[in-house]
Amino acid sequence: MEFFFELIIAAFLVIGGIFGIVGSFGLIKLNDRMSRLHAPTKATTLGVGGVLLASMAHAAFFETYVSIHELMITLFLFLTAPITANFIAKVHIHRHDTPDSLPEPGEDKIWATHKKPENEVIGPQV
Amino acid sequence: MKLMRRIFPHPILTVVLTVTWLLLVNGWSLNSLVFGFMLGVLIPFLTQPYWPQQSKMKHPGKILAYIGVVLYDIVVANVIVAKIVLFKSNAKRHPAWVTIPLDLRTPEAITLLAGTITMTPGTVSADLSAEGHALLVHCLDAPDPDAVRDEIKVRYESRLKEIFE
Repeated sequence: MEFFFELIIAAFLVIGGIFGIVGSFGLIKLNDRMSRLHAPTKATTLGVGGVLLASMAHAAFFETYVSIHELMITLFLFLTAPITANFIAKVHIHRHDTPDSLPEPGEDKIWATHKKPENEVIGPQV
Repeated sequence: MKLMRRIFPHPILTVVLTVTWLLLVNGWSLNSLVFGFMLGVLIPFLTQPYWPQQSKMKHPGKILAYIGVVLYDIVVANVIVAKIVLFKSNAKRHPAWVTIPLDLRTPEAITLLAGTITMTPGTVSADLSAEGHALLVHCLDAPDPDAVRDEIKVRYESRLKEIFE
C-alpha cells in the first residue's frame, strides 16, 4: 500500500515538473511579447499545482493530518497571477501599441490605457 | 441597521477574511477564531473609503458551480497551452487581439471575468475600454477570433451575470 501512495505522490511531482519546464520553455520559444506572457501565466499554474497536490498527499498519507496551507497557496496564486499578467500586458500596450494597432473597443472609442486624463499632462507628450 | 452597515461595510469580506485566517493558522482554536474575526472587522472598516459601494450577490450558491467549471477549464487550458508551446511552430500560430463587449456592469463581476479569462485556455485579458464596456483579450492561438469571443460570453459571462446581476 505504501508503494501505491508513493507512486501517486511521485506522479504529481512529475506532472508538476513537466508543466514547469514547458512554461519556461515557452518563454524562449514563443516569438512575440504578448504570446510570451501566456506560457508562464498558465503552464506554471498546473506546475505549482502538481507540487502542492503532492505535498497534500504526502501530509495525508504519511503524516496523517490534513494540510490546508497548500489550498491557500493555490488561492493566492489564482488571485495574483491574473493581476501580474494584466500589469505586464498594460505596460506592453503603453510602450508598443497605438490605438490603431488594437481592435476597436466598441462603444467607448478608446482603451483605458490609451486614454489621457483630461486637462492634465503626465510625462513627456508623444 | 445603519450602524451595522457602518461597522460591517462588507459582511462577505468579513467572513472570507476570518476563514482565511483560520486556514492560514492551519488548525482550530478559539484564539485564532477571535483574532481572525478582529482582522475581518478591522480590514473592511479601514479600507472602506477605497471600496465605497456595497457588493451584492443575487445567487451566491451558483459560485460553487462556477468555480468547478473554471477549475476544470484551467486543467484543460494547461494541456492545450503546453501542446501549442511544444508542437506548434511559431509560423503556424495565429496570435490575435479580441474585443469582448461586456453585458456585465458590476465592477466585482468584471474583475472576476478578467481573472477567469487570464487563467483559462490560451487567453490573457489585457485592458478595459475607457468606460468599462469592453474587454481587450489577447489569444495565443486563435484562427477564429469570433468563436473565442462567443465562447467566453456563453461560458463565463452568462454565469457571472446570473450570480451578480
